[in-house]
Amino acid sequence: MSKAFLVLDDGRIFEGKSWAATGKTFGEAVFATGMTGYQETLTDPSYHRQVVIMTAPHIGNTGVNLEDNESAQIWVAGFAVRNPSTITSNWRSNGSLEDQLIAQGIVCIQGLDTRALTRHLRDRGAMRVGIFSGLDLTREEMVIQVRKSPSMAGAYLAADVSTKTPYIVPAIGVKRFTVAAIDLGIKAATPRSFAERGVELHVFPFNATFEEIMAIHPDGIFLSNGPGDPSAMNDVVDTVRKILDAEVPIFGICFGHQILGRALGFNTYKLQFGHRGINQPVIDRTTGKVEITSHNHGFALQAPTEGTFTTVYGPGEVTHVSLNDGVVEGLRMLDRPAFSVQYHPEAAAGPHDAVYLFDRFVELMASQKVGA
Amino acid sequence: MPLDTSIKSVLVIGSGPIVIGQACEFDYSGTQACRVLRAEGIRVILVNSNPATIMTDPEFADATYIEPITPEFVERIIERERPDALLATLGGQTALNAAMALHERGTLQRFNVRLIGADVAAIQRGENRELFREIVERIGGESALSIICHSLEDCVIAAELLNYPVVVRPSFTMGGLGSGIAFDELELMQIAGAGLRHSPTAEVLLEESIIGWKEFELEVMRDHRDNVVIVCTIENVDPMGVHTGDSITVAPAMTLTDVEYQKLRDLSLRIIREVGVDTGGCNIQFAINPDTGRIIVIEMNPRVSRSSALASKATGFPIAKIATKLAIGYTLNEIQNDITKVTPASFEPTLDYVVVKVPRFAFEKFPDADPG
Repeated sequence: MSKAFLVLDDGRIFEGKSWAATGKTFGEAVFATGMTGYQETLTDPSYHRQVVIMTAPHIGNTGVNLEDNESAQIWVAGFAVRNPSTITSNWRSNGSLEDQLIAQGIVCIQGLDTRALTRHLRDRGAMRVGIFSGLDLTREEMVIQVRKSPSMAGAYLAADVSTKTPYIVPAIGVKRFTVAAIDLGIKAATPRSFAERGVELHVFPFNATFEEIMAIHPDGIFLSNGPGDPSAMNDVVDTVRKILDAEVPIFGICFGHQILGRALGFNTYKLQFGHRGINQPVIDRTTGKVEITSHNHGFALQAPTEGTFTTVYGPGEVTHVSLNDGVVEGLRMLDRPAFSVQYHPEAAAGPHDAVYLFDRFVELMASQKVGA
Repeated sequence: MPLDTSIKSVLVIGSGPIVIGQACEFDYSGTQACRVLRAEGIRVILVNSNPATIMTDPEFADATYIEPITPEFVERIIERERPDALLATLGGQTALNAAMALHERGTLQRFNVRLIGADVAAIQRGENRELFREIVERIGGESALSIICHSLEDCVIAAELLNYPVVVRPSFTMGGLGSGIAFDELELMQIAGAGLRHSPTAEVLLEESIIGWKEFELEVMRDHRDNVVIVCTIENVDPMGVHTGDSITVAPAMTLTDVEYQKLRDLSLRIIREVGVDTGGCNIQFAINPDTGRIIVIEMNPRVSRSSALASKATGFPIAKIATKLAIGYTLNEIQNDITKVTPASFEPTLDYVVVKVPRFAFEKFPDADPG
């Protein structure tokens, strides 16, 4: 096993051993704190162009299986773990994690001090990173290469991860509603959550026009999660404004929440080190109840968390707030059928405390249908 | 809601003598409880028959009674001290049994003492095998299959349905008299034959064996606003059939994917709600078939258990301290997280390490035993 280096933008270098594919890779350094769900994390399109550092020390114990992928491929740019499991122990497993990472050419590093690295990122914030595995480069050369790699701020990544052509995920059982999803990096768990509730989901590419979307006469519009900087997404924001004008019910998750927020006139900003984990407490301000939720966001929405706010589309309010740092985690419009959350009610990986939001969207569409 | 100011004094029942299978865990939890109550300005009355405990040091309670933990003695203490509330969920099974006896004698009603931490109905639902089995079924979980038999012929037919080995449990016998595991029909005839004779109702329960299955425990906490968190997962390296106290155990669970872990989490949330543990902690045990993934709910403890001590140490989440705060009116999001000091206790600890508990068998106390 050869040496590997994880090199940060600020010049800090962590030494480890090569793991999975060798070579080099670049991305934004982010840490994920989930103790389960590495397979979902690896295949989540929101991690496109990010090098994920797992804080859980033992990764790969359950191997990989065919059912738990969140998309058709691994999206992380690189993967850093403390201690990969040498054996696989799970009845659903049909292969080892390392074999899968090698098959998809993911450059990884193991055996580095992930706790020190995570603390460094907490103190200094998310930054560019490179993994150099089995290469003969000087420290200076590696740092220079990292500093030449593209930054996440301003990155427009929807085109990389979005479907090229529309497709339909049928409802399970009786079809009750038709929803159009704008795919900015959608996860498999989302269509599944809709299908279970009698929703037929038409998944559109990120650049679908308002007219193309409305041609299927949707009962509601879903704005998906996805990678990149929400402030770069002016085209999709314009489409969402047209949907708001048309008063079709809207539900946004994560990146989709940021897009809805931007359509309403709010700005987004980059968090110091983001929220990535499956243990994040969020309070529902309308009920006072706490949900343990799955998070994966490096950006957040700037909106007033007390009282209501006014937008050109009428009044609204922030419904959910992070109990850890007070970040806006959800909003809704009061006179229009639109709401969104920053976290992941579809879970995968993560707890199911927030699945009720899919029911809420179904109810919202039902109430709009009756009113129409 | 913050502190319940109607509670001015609390009687805490300790765990009594140290017995096999129980060391100082409940002294640890009871001491934390006394400390929390006093810090809130509540008068603490303590009863424990065991003076060799930290909690009976003079500074932990306003009044300490070193008396037998029997209903008669505790009733006299209640009569004399007139506490507003009784906290019995932190002193193990001894304390819980004493509280149930005091309820049955009418002592608590007569002196208007509120049982805090868990109410009588919840304790009964959690501890009664049949009531708990019904709850598991109601919430969509599975218990081990079982068949009641009244004759040897019944037993033979039942055993073929359940597959060997089967667990034989005679009804209404003391201390498991006449119970055992039968690996074939001959053994079944012997064990069940004796069991039928021992049982006053000539009745035995045959249960499918889950020996060798994976064994997991979840530590769950709930507040009176129905916020629920999983504090810790524990996986036994030694499978079902080896007592947890004798097993090597690890935290967090190591061989579950997120999909499987979330199933256990969902079941645990539904169980604690259905059992009705309104405030405080409980421990729920599961067995999983290592080949098929079938999940069996084994049992729950509607109180702080021995595993809670391990879970507290493993995660840094002070279960006994927080259970006490919840019992006197606080909600999880009103309590500070002792680890971070800035975020609330309504979160699920995520570990960047693995904790391993290895039992120590004191063979030196048994000079004739062969440790090999």
